Amino acid sequence: MEYLRLATLIRAYAVRMTHRGKSGHVGSSLSMADLISVLYTKILRVNPSQPDWQERDRFILSKGHAAAGVYVALAEKGFFPKDWLDTYYQDNGRLSGHISHHVPGVEFSTGSLGHGLPVAAGMAINAKRKNKNYRIFALLSDGDCNEGSTWESIMFAAQHHLDNLIAILDYNKIQALGRSKDIIDLEPLTEKLKAFHWAVKEINGHNYQQIEDALTNVPLESSKPSFIIAHTIKGKGVSFFEDTVSCHYKYANEEELEKAYNELGVKI
Amino acid sequence: MRSVFNKTLLELAKKDDRIFMVLADIGYGEIEPFAQAFPDRYFNVGVAEQNMTGIACGIAMEGNIPVTYSIANFPTLRCLEQIRNDVCYHNANVKIVIIGGGVAYGPLGISHHSTEDLAIMRALPNMVVLAPSDLAEASEATKAMIKYDGPIYYRCGYKKEPPIHEDSINFKIGRAITVCDGTDAGVIYTGTIGYNAKLAVKELDKKGIKCRFISMHTVKPIDSEIIVKAAKETGAIITVEEHNMMGGLGGAVAEVLMDSNLTNIKCKRIALPDVNISKVGSQEWLREQYGMSPQGIADTIEKTVRQK
Repeated sequence: MEYLRLATLIRAYAVRMTHRGKSGHVGSSLSMADLISVLYTKILRVNPSQPDWQERDRFILSKGHAAAGVYVALAEKGFFPKDWLDTYYQDNGRLSGHISHHVPGVEFSTGSLGHGLPVAAGMAINAKRKNKNYRIFALLSDGDCNEGSTWESIMFAAQHHLDNLIAILDYNKIQALGRSKDIIDLEPLTEKLKAFHWAVKEINGHNYQQIEDALTNVPLESSKPSFIIAHTIKGKGVSFFEDTVSCHYKYANEEELEKAYNELGVKI
Repeated sequence: MRSVFNKTLLELAKKDDRIFMVLADIGYGEIEPFAQAFPDRYFNVGVAEQNMTGIACGIAMEGNIPVTYSIANFPTLRCLEQIRNDVCYHNANVKIVIIGGGVAYGPLGISHHSTEDLAIMRALPNMVVLAPSDLAEASEATKAMIKYDGPIYYRCGYKKEPPIHEDSINFKIGRAITVCDGTDAGVIYTGTIGYNAKLAVKELDKKGIKCRFISMHTVKPIDSEIIVKAAKETGAIITVEEHNMMGGLGGAVAEVLMDSNLTNIKCKRIALPDVNISKVGSQEWLREQYGMSPQGIADTIEKTVRQK
């Protein structure tokens, strides 16, 4: 129930924040809301009163354009005051459109795709060398998996047996200009990743039990990095955004905002 | 110079376990002692410069001092966005070292020339840009680089560069070194082309033209004070760099002069023309082709001074 509560808040705020900011990428926050909810409710060992706690799990949002969704979770966890959310994408705002490490609780700034996994792998190999127990999570998008740098780090992580590294793909199968299968088809993705010596698990990225089970049981195999392919729906939870390319760009108008609140069963 | 850099780094790494080397499959004959001494702090990521920079940034974010290392523009231009977004934006303590600044790898061709690096690296916020000119500077620059907390670009030479400094040097990031004094012109150089400039200055000395000869080993932050003083006291500034004419040392010095309203002095940039170099030849031959032999530099300085 807590998972649903936070995921619903993430969705409602993401629609509201992008509406107020007249900004894009709402579909990307909606897509990953359930994953973020489980991560911040149950999985990530983080401390809101001490964001730089040395033993924290590191979480890097490589799909930095979905910053709104993470900001909501961080505010809900108490990393910063909730009224900051209303400054998203605003002049002199606290929260930028792409995720920024200037925000308490954010590990690393991204925005251009293909940056998150290499940095996460660097953190992971350092943790291995220093015998640290924290884990490093990176959340990727379809577009992230087009970038050569992502695959460079996929090869590196397997080479060095980084089983403290967990990549999660928010696999909504839509990227900036269309359906992934029509642009750069990632399939057969599981087979590819296994061939690259990663441990791979496919889950329904909107099923809390499956998300929790997968993320609780990492590493999926010892001595291998873990790749969790979470099948998701872009724009999930808001009917007029669901499974559309356009929700990468559009924001809800006044009427649509109310409709989204109604569908989600919350009003902010 | 690359050997001096590697030996100095190895010595520093013995005393500081935060130092890592992150390579992209380059460094044969040079990096092996580090790899053998510190296998836990040495990674060859393969031929993957973007990942090299990302990995290094991740290691730096955890409180370490990773050094990325490759030749010419491989660890800069191939992964420029990783340097900008990951390293510089996070002010991560990554040191980016290139071997073979300018046209050091002359006959290998343009893919192995590093001739736009100073301009591009100095345009990045938080980045410090170093270009040591002889072995003494190379060693001191390495020590200063490791001591400094933040991103640094280090443009290393390739071969056994001859000495420019006759005395011991006091190397500080951002503080240029006056090699010899003079009142007819300020000749400001960066990097290993400095030796040819030194020969030029010596030749001119015999003709009675006394140059103030300055090593601008730090291109960013640039030593504005020494430039302004030289401009006011000599009335002529000539810059010498093995780099494209655009945006390197000459550009940086011109910015200082403009911001200081020193626009009434004679100025001249000695640099490579804004062309893709397709001529084939050694570093020294290419330098000569583009007016950067000792004689070519001397001729340009003399002409500029005579126009005062």
